[in-house]
Amino acid sequence: MNTLIRKSFRPFLNSTIRASCRTFADVNINEKIDKIVKDNKVVVFMKGVPDAPRCGFSNAVVQIMRMHAVPYVSHDVLSDENLRQGIKEYSNWPTIPQVFINGEFVGGCDIMLQMHQSGELVEELKKVGIQSALLTAEQFKKEEKK
Amino acid sequence: MSSESGVVANSIRNKLQTALEATHLDVINESYMHNVPKGSETHFKVVVVSDKFDGLALIKRHRLVNDILKEELQNGVHALSIVAKTTKQWDESEKIIESSPSCRGGFGK
Repeated sequence: MNTLIRKSFRPFLNSTIRASCRTFADVNINEKIDKIVKDNKVVVFMKGVPDAPRCGFSNAVVQIMRMHAVPYVSHDVLSDENLRQGIKEYSNWPTIPQVFINGEFVGGCDIMLQMHQSGELVEELKKVGIQSALLTAEQFKKEEKK
Repeated sequence: MSSESGVVANSIRNKLQTALEATHLDVINESYMHNVPKGSETHFKVVVVSDKFDGLALIKRHRLVNDILKEELQNGVHALSIVAKTTKQWDESEKIIESSPSCRGGFGK
């Protein structure tokens, strides 16, 4: 039923109707997102995929994750309009990318960048049992000096 | 400078200034860095210095700014990069604002 409604509306989906599109959003999307962020330690909702981000802000987050060698699950909002709207409502945050750690919304690109620079990210990752590669490298250096 | 700024930029500036009593405020239109028509007002960076941020964690400061600019964000403003500092933090900082990462072409697609 839901798909039928969406299908019949698709031809009319343009920028003016997009606003009201929200009403047709899959009611289950909230539950789906909830499950995604709770089942995985680190989740990134982004534009594109980690190997080919399609937005500079998403790319910056991917680079940060790479630097810390964080294992994470990523979801491309560009391939799923329902998710794109749903995630904004779920976290009450208007922009993409969005990072979740341990089921909790942590922030977008600006906040990740600042957490990376301040060292807070290393601490947050530690809390969920992920050792940042930057920390490993540091420890290795210390060991060598001994 | 102000003669060049658009309707949306002005509205963003006014709202932030009024709501946060900013002691320093920059509204930078970064749309030109993206795959949008010339003169667009879709991608912004704001630098807000306000003592209303005092005691608020970063994410709360960002939420506050997002909330003040809710209308803009729902009506065409597609990217908003935020620098939110207290007067003390701003005075102690180097006051250098790095430009946002370059676009990778995903806008509107």
